[in-house]
Amino acid sequence: MTSASIRHGRPAASRRAGGNAGAAFGCVVRAEWIKFRSVRGWVIGMIVAALLTLLFGVFLAGNASIGCGPTVSGRACLPKVPVGPGGEAVTDSFYFARQPLAGSGSLTVRVTSLATMISTGGHAGPVGQGPRNPLANMQKGLVPWAKAGIIITASTRQGSAYAAIMVTGSHGVRMQDDYVHDTAGLAGVVSPAAPRWLRLTRSGDVISGYDSADGKHWDLVGTATLTGLPGTVQAGPFATSPINNEVQPFFGGAHIQSGPSQATAVMADITRHGHWPTAKWTGDNIGGRGNSPGTGAGYFRQSGGVLTISGSGDIAPLVPGPGSFYPTATIEQPLSAIFIGLIAVVVVAAMFFTTEYRRGLIRTTLAATPSRGQVLAAKAVVAAGAAFLAGLVASVIAVPIGISRARNQGQFVLPVSLLTEVRVLVGTAAMVAVAAILAVAVGAILRRSAAAVTTVIVLIVLPFLLSVAVLPNGAADWVLRLTPAAGFAIEQSIPNYSQVSSLAGPAGGAYPLTPWEGFGVLCLYAVVALALATVLLRRRDA
Amino acid sequence: MTQAPSHPVLARPVLAHPVLAASRDALQAEWLKLRTVSSSAWLLTGVVALTVGIGAAVMAANRCPPGTTCLEDTAKLSLTGVQAGQAVVAVLAVIAVTGEYSTGMIRTTLTAMPRRGMLLTAKALLIAAAVLAASTAAVGASVLAGWLILPGHGFTAARGVTGLSLADGPVLRATTGSVLYLGLIALLSLGIGTLVRDSAVAIGTALGLVYLFPVVTAFVSNPVWQRRLERYSPMAGLNIQATTGVKALAIGPWAGLGVLGIWAVVTLLAGGLALALRDA
Repeated sequence: MTSASIRHGRPAASRRAGGNAGAAFGCVVRAEWIKFRSVRGWVIGMIVAALLTLLFGVFLAGNASIGCGPTVSGRACLPKVPVGPGGEAVTDSFYFARQPLAGSGSLTVRVTSLATMISTGGHAGPVGQGPRNPLANMQKGLVPWAKAGIIITASTRQGSAYAAIMVTGSHGVRMQDDYVHDTAGLAGVVSPAAPRWLRLTRSGDVISGYDSADGKHWDLVGTATLTGLPGTVQAGPFATSPINNEVQPFFGGAHIQSGPSQATAVMADITRHGHWPTAKWTGDNIGGRGNSPGTGAGYFRQSGGVLTISGSGDIAPLVPGPGSFYPTATIEQPLSAIFIGLIAVVVVAAMFFTTEYRRGLIRTTLAATPSRGQVLAAKAVVAAGAAFLAGLVASVIAVPIGISRARNQGQFVLPVSLLTEVRVLVGTAAMVAVAAILAVAVGAILRRSAAAVTTVIVLIVLPFLLSVAVLPNGAADWVLRLTPAAGFAIEQSIPNYSQVSSLAGPAGGAYPLTPWEGFGVLCLYAVVALALATVLLRRRDA
Repeated sequence: MTQAPSHPVLARPVLAHPVLAASRDALQAEWLKLRTVSSSAWLLTGVVALTVGIGAAVMAANRCPPGTTCLEDTAKLSLTGVQAGQAVVAVLAVIAVTGEYSTGMIRTTLTAMPRRGMLLTAKALLIAAAVLAASTAAVGASVLAGWLILPGHGFTAARGVTGLSLADGPVLRATTGSVLYLGLIALLSLGIGTLVRDSAVAIGTALGLVYLFPVVTAFVSNPVWQRRLERYSPMAGLNIQATTGVKALAIGPWAGLGVLGIWAVVTLLAGGLALALRDA
């Protein structure tokens, strides 16, 4: 009964309004901060968290020197990767039958077929070299993102700005521009019985793509604005087909067989409007042989009004993962050891609350600050602050060292914008901080160290482990959407592109949720735990 | 056997050797503690529930698509829950010793049982026995769940899946091995708990050892280091669950379990040494 009256009796301090309440909370935070910093083990725990994350991260990130010849390895093997208009690394190799187009104009074709051949005896997985015998063992097969159609590009240089409309292996008609943008048009597979009419029109910097199933009724698929497009652009039919990955899943992993593929398309009724200074198509193997994920082969043939074009490679952003042509690394790779630091932070944060119960200090604490919600909030603020600092120190040091090590070993580090880099670094620290808040709240709910630490670790680390190792892709995606492990998405620096078949799972830096959504899921867990902890803390006797 | 009892006044049945008598007392005392702490029963139930629950959920999520052959290791698949259950095993073993430190009970215990090595041995034996019993139930129920769930999800003999029969040598190895695995995790955690003496730090260390290696290995790009981690970390013990593709493993099933055994023994010895040398 006495405890009840103490709980409901509001103390003078919290009855004061406005700024005074803020000052009172400041005092509570200060009190908790003094508790935190005066327990040597906790401060050491946070330092250990930062150090372990840093050392293991740097060690793990640059740990595979790439060889690209009998005596050549490391930095000398760094591939020359084209960079797109948005600053992202891209794959840009295709066969191009081109003509200059001066000023505005349009190009229309009818595509009657798209056939793909897959190499089964080519190279497998990410190696620094192209396939030894690219055209060996080619056989018919479906490549979902094989593409052929018409393209308008600023120049024939790899990484140029472009807009294209195309038929694909199994994703219907698509309009794509500047490597990262992709819009769906007519669905269905192209065939002589079901041809597709494609049209690109240029007007200044704006390129519009249209498709039609009969050549009469046209639909606008999309428009692209390519700023700074030169007056004379290169336009014409193209064909290309990406590396094909055959995945044979088995429990705990997958056999991946990768090989280049080749797309051959037949087009007819090529119509040009506007000023086309030359009358002939010029064949160009963009990317050529060598620095291209394709077979390096390509051609075009024209007889009558029919044009056959065959090419290999891709026009798409470069993504990490086992299917990637180049040995790539991401900037978040040196942060993979964050799991180690996270466990240390969770231990300290949970103890920050549970120790009060073990020592009986909670009674003193609650006598000094009868507003129990404030005590919890202050502890959360202090633990999160310390965890954020530890995470930030680790990530800000680990990432530059890790990526420079990876580069020295011949891995191409996928470039990202400064904003993305800041998001990865600060976001990782913020994720650790939110995990600390979750641990404080779970500590307040369970009041036992062992139970609280285990709950938080099992909630965050185990789902990640299961989704990497044992769950099939669909279930793994759901686990990474619904559990606190979703928060690791904040580290993803290269977005998921639907127009690229990527084999990168979470360990390769691909999460099902966007970075902020994933972080939001983790925050939601922390908020719910905090709310539950507040209610229980107010209801229960200490 | 014929040696005269040293304390003839004792009314209870007398064992011939004082060490034997003391070890019986230690076992009885530890059993009394383990039995009467309410968390023990909850945690042992938790081992079974979490192992079977997570195992069944993972099995329900896996499916062999129609018209294909599946290479899935069904025994390993049905025993996935062990990876979750081991967390509860670790908690049980850790608090068996850290609980005594947090309440100060350890001073009473050591006053009553000054042979510290014997105390830890008694604890280890009883915790291992309790965990082995719970693990047998958990693994048995997991295999039962596998029988019920997997054929309905396309994992049938017609699709190239080997059956989940306990008469099958590798399946028997996987199931009994999983029980032993959990027993070794208990010993490892007990050793860490004795060494560290604090629940939170000990459980963090124990879970770090079992969960971090597989996560970190997934990120390691260097095949040499990947293989080293797979061979020499505590996670090598989980290789005991493999029934297919055993030759491709970085370390064989029994050898892997042996690696975990070495981790457990070394940690337990270190814990015992620390217990013997330190003040409580």
